[in-house]
Amino acid sequence: MFVYIVRRLLQMIPVLLGVILVVFLIMQMVPGDPAVLLAGEGASAETIAKIRTQLGLDQPVMVQYFHYVTDVMTGDLGTSLRSNLPVFDEIMARLPATIELAIASIFVTVVLGMVAGIISATKQYSAADITIMIVALLGVSLPSFWLGLSLIYYFSVKLQWFPVAGWGTWKHMVLPAITLGTAGAAIVARMTRSSMLDVVRQDYIRTARAKGLREQVIVYKHALKNALIPIITVVGLQFGFLLGGTVLVESVFAINGLGRLIVDAIRMRDLPVVQGGVLIASVIFVFVNLLVDVLYRYFNKRIDLN
Amino acid sequence: MMMTADQTKKPLLEVQNLKQHFPIKGGILGRTVNHVKAVDDVSFTIFEGETLSIVGESGCGKSTTGRAILRLDEPTSGSVFFEGKDLLAMSKSQMRSMRKDLQVIFQDPFASLNPRQSVAQILGEALAIQNIVPANQRRERIIELLSHVGLRPDQIDRFPHEFSGGQRQRIGIARALAMQPKLIICDEAVSALDVSIQAQVLNLLKSLQKEFKLTYLFISHDLGVVRHISDRVMVMYLGKVVEIADKKSLFDSPQHPYTQALLSAIPVPDVSKKQERIILRGDVPSPINPPQGCRFHTRCPLAVERCKTEVPALTNVHSTHQVACHLVP
Amino acid sequence: MPGQQEKILDVRNLQTHFFTDDGVSKAVDGVDFSLNKGETLGLVGESGCGKSITSLSILRLIASPPGKIVGGEILFKGQDLIAKSEAEMRKIRGNEISMIFQEPMTSLNPVYTVGEQIAEVLRLHQNMGRKEAWEKAVDMLRLVGIPSPEKRATQEPHELSGGMRQRVMIAMALACRPEILIADEPTTALDVTIQAQILELMKKLQAEMGMSIIMITHDLGVVAETCDRVAVMYAGKVVEYTTAKNLFENPKHPYTIGLMNSLPRLDEDVEELVAIKGNVPSPFNMPTGCRFAPRCPHATELCHSKLPELLTSDDGSKVRCWMYTPEWDGASKTATEMGV
Repeated sequence: MFVYIVRRLLQMIPVLLGVILVVFLIMQMVPGDPAVLLAGEGASAETIAKIRTQLGLDQPVMVQYFHYVTDVMTGDLGTSLRSNLPVFDEIMARLPATIELAIASIFVTVVLGMVAGIISATKQYSAADITIMIVALLGVSLPSFWLGLSLIYYFSVKLQWFPVAGWGTWKHMVLPAITLGTAGAAIVARMTRSSMLDVVRQDYIRTARAKGLREQVIVYKHALKNALIPIITVVGLQFGFLLGGTVLVESVFAINGLGRLIVDAIRMRDLPVVQGGVLIASVIFVFVNLLVDVLYRYFNKRIDLN
Repeated sequence: MMMTADQTKKPLLEVQNLKQHFPIKGGILGRTVNHVKAVDDVSFTIFEGETLSIVGESGCGKSTTGRAILRLDEPTSGSVFFEGKDLLAMSKSQMRSMRKDLQVIFQDPFASLNPRQSVAQILGEALAIQNIVPANQRRERIIELLSHVGLRPDQIDRFPHEFSGGQRQRIGIARALAMQPKLIICDEAVSALDVSIQAQVLNLLKSLQKEFKLTYLFISHDLGVVRHISDRVMVMYLGKVVEIADKKSLFDSPQHPYTQALLSAIPVPDVSKKQERIILRGDVPSPINPPQGCRFHTRCPLAVERCKTEVPALTNVHSTHQVACHLVP
Repeated sequence: MPGQQEKILDVRNLQTHFFTDDGVSKAVDGVDFSLNKGETLGLVGESGCGKSITSLSILRLIASPPGKIVGGEILFKGQDLIAKSEAEMRKIRGNEISMIFQEPMTSLNPVYTVGEQIAEVLRLHQNMGRKEAWEKAVDMLRLVGIPSPEKRATQEPHELSGGMRQRVMIAMALACRPEILIADEPTTALDVTIQAQILELMKKLQAEMGMSIIMITHDLGVVAETCDRVAVMYAGKVVEYTTAKNLFENPKHPYTIGLMNSLPRLDEDVEELVAIKGNVPSPFNMPTGCRFAPRCPHATELCHSKLPELLTSDDGSKVRCWMYTPEWDGASKTATEMGV
C-alpha cells in the first residue's frame, strides 16, 4: 500500500507539469494582450512596452513557461492585475468556502444517493423503488441553476427557513449543498442500486443466507461493503463535476468562493488569477483522484493496483 | 505399434526446451520483479495421426504450453518445429499462413463463438480465410461440415445461443475442420460438458480423427477422458514434464510418485474397487518461486535429500516411457 | 434397511417451480427421498436435473420471486420445514442444517477475514462473545486441517488457495455441529489431489461428529467413494433411488445405465463410449410421459404417453421405469441385454 501511494505521488509530477502547461498555453492563446489591458485604454506604446518588460511578456514563450513553472514551484502564482495582491493569497482567502461547499455537497451526494439506492435495491420493483428511480432521473436532468433558484424561492423567500445568499453558518450551507449535490446523489443512487443488485446475486450472499443471518445483516454487513467499490469510483468522478458546479452555485447563492473568483477574474481579464485558480482546482482534483484510488484499493484488496 | 512408433511414425510437431515465463511487475517504478515460470523447459514430440494428451492440475502449464505452440502468447524461448519448420522463428505473416494447419478448440464453446454470427457465417468465414473452396460452393461445404459433426443442414442459419453446450462444441469442431488442419489442439474441449454429452463429443473426435487422419494435442485435467482418447500421455507438474509414456504403460505402471498419486486420487465409480489412496499433503506451490530441485519434492511422500537440490532429468524407463524422478532407475 | 434407522430428513413429493417471463420452469417436480442419521445420501444427475434446486429448497433458500416451493413436504425431525416461519428457518440454517457450495473461490465474502466469517455463525447461533467465538473459529480451522490456524484466521479469502477455502467453508458449516450437512458439488471446482483431501476430511469429520450428509454431485466416482445411498435425478424427478452398492452393481434405470456407459473409465479401455443420444429436455417444456423417453433406447408408446411411478423393485431399489412394471410388454428386454 505504501509503495503504491509513493508511486502514485511520483506519477503525479508529470501530470501536474502537464496541467501547468495546459493552463499556461490556454492563457497564451486567449485573445487580448494583458499589458494593454493593464495599461488601460489610450495608454502610450512606451507604457505598454514597459509593462510588457515588467511582466516578462517580451521574452520567448519557452522562457516564459520556464519562469512560470519555477514560480509555481515556489508557491508564487503571480500578482493579481486587478487588486495587486499575490494570487496565492487571493485564492487562499476564497478556498475555504468552496471546500466547505464541496464537502457539504459530497455529503448530500453520498448519503442521499446511497440510502435511496439501498432502499431501491432491497425492494426491487416496489413502489418505493420506482419512485426513487423516477426522482433520480429528474435529479440528473435538472439544471443546477434552476434547482438553486427554485430552492431559494420556496425555502428562503416563501418559507424563510434559510438565508437567501451568503456564507457563514450551517443554514447558509443547506440550499447550495442540495443544489450542488442532487445530480450526484441521483447518479450515486442509480449506481448503488445496480451495484447492490449485482452483489446480492453473488455466491457469498447465498452463503450468508445459509448461515441463518437476518436480511438486514446480509444487506448492510455482507453486501454493502462489497457494493461500495463501484460507488466510490462514481463519487470520485462526481467530485470533478462538483468543482465545475461550484462556479454556478457560488454565483446563484452569492458565495465568495474560488469558483466566483475565477469567473470574476475571467470577466476582468485578470489572467494570473485565472491561471492560479484553474491550477489549484486541478491540483485538488488530482489529489481527490488519488484518494479515491486508495479507498478503492482499500475496499477491494483483490484488485492488485500494482 | 507402440514399440515401433518411433521408427515408423513421422514427427508432426517437435517442441524443444519451450519456456514461458510471464513477468510480474512491481515496486515503485513498475519494473519486472519476478517471473511466473508457467512452462519451464518442456520438450516433446507429437507423431502424425496420434493423440498426445497433456494432463496435470491447474497451474501445471498444460494450457500455457498449448497457447505457446500456437503463439497465442509469445513464448520466452525454445523452438516448436511443425513439419520441420520452426514456428517460433516465423514472422507474423508466415505464422498466419500456418494457422490453418494448426487449429484449436477451447473449453467454453459459447465464449469462442461470435454471438452475432450464424453457423453459416462462422464457418463461411473460416472457408473464406482458407480460400480453397470457391465462394459459390461454400454453402454446400458448410452443410457437409455440419454433417461431419452431427448437426443437421437446417441448423445452418441458426445462432450460437440457439444451440446446447454440446452442439456449440460441435460447431467449434466444424470450424476447426473447415481449415483442413493437420493438428488440432483441444484445450479442455469437453470439460464443460455433462457426461452424457461429453461421451458424444469424444466419440465424434475419435471418428473424425480416423476419417481425416488428424493429429490431436489433447489438454485435459480429466484422466478418464485422457485414457479414453490418447495414444500417449504427458504428465506435467508446475511447468515441468514429470512423465511421458504410451497410454498403456502410463496407466498400468505409472512411475513418477506424482502420477501415482494423481491416478490414485481419482474416485472410481465402482463400490467394489476400494483402492489404496495416496493423499498428497498441502497445495501446489506457487510457480513464481517453484521449489529447488525436483518441483514435486515438497509434496512427495518418497522425497530424499537429493530431490531438494538436484533437478531430475527425463530418463527412459523403456523406449516409450520416460520419467523425471531420482528414485526411478 | 432404511426403515430400521432413524430418519432425520424426509422429503416427500417436493415441487419447486420458477415463474418467469418465458413460462413456468418445473425445475424440481416431485422429488422423494429420505436421509437417515449418520449416513451419506448422494443426489446425482447432470446439469439442470434439479439437484441443486432441491438442496436449496430444503433450506428454503430459493429466491422468490421467481422461485417457489409449490408442493410437498420437507420433514426435518418430523417437522415440516415448508410450514416454518422465516425466523424459525433462520435458527435452523447454519445451525442444525448447514450447506457448503461448489465454488470455494466465490462462496466466502472477500472483504472479511475467514476467522470473522466463522466466528459470525457461532455468535449468531451459540450466543458466544467476540473472543470466545474467535477462539472457537481458530479451533475449527485447526479441526479442518489448516496449518497455523491462528494466522490463517486473520487472513482474507483471497490469500488462501481453493482447497483451503473449501476447508474454511467446511469449518464454517460445521462450527455449530449441525445434524445435516448439505454439500453441493463440494469438490467439483478443485483439482483431483485436493478433491481427495477434501473428501477424506469430510469422511473423517462425519465419523467424529456423526452428522448426516447430502452429497450433491455429477461425479459417479465421488458417489462410489462417499455415499451410502443414492438418488439419481433426471429432469426434475428421482428416477432411481437405492443403495450405492446396488446402483453400481445392478443399475436399473436406462438413464443410470446410460450415464455409467458414457463415463470414460480410468480402469478399463473401450473403443467407443456408449453415449446417450440427444439432450436433456427443457424445463419449460417437459415430455408428457417418462421424461427420459425421448433419449431412451427402449422407449415404447407407453413410455411416451404416461409417466411411470417410482416403484420398489424386488431388491429394495426404487426405480421410475415402465420396464420394471407388469404393464411392460417388451419383456424380452432386460437389464442384462442393455449392456450392463
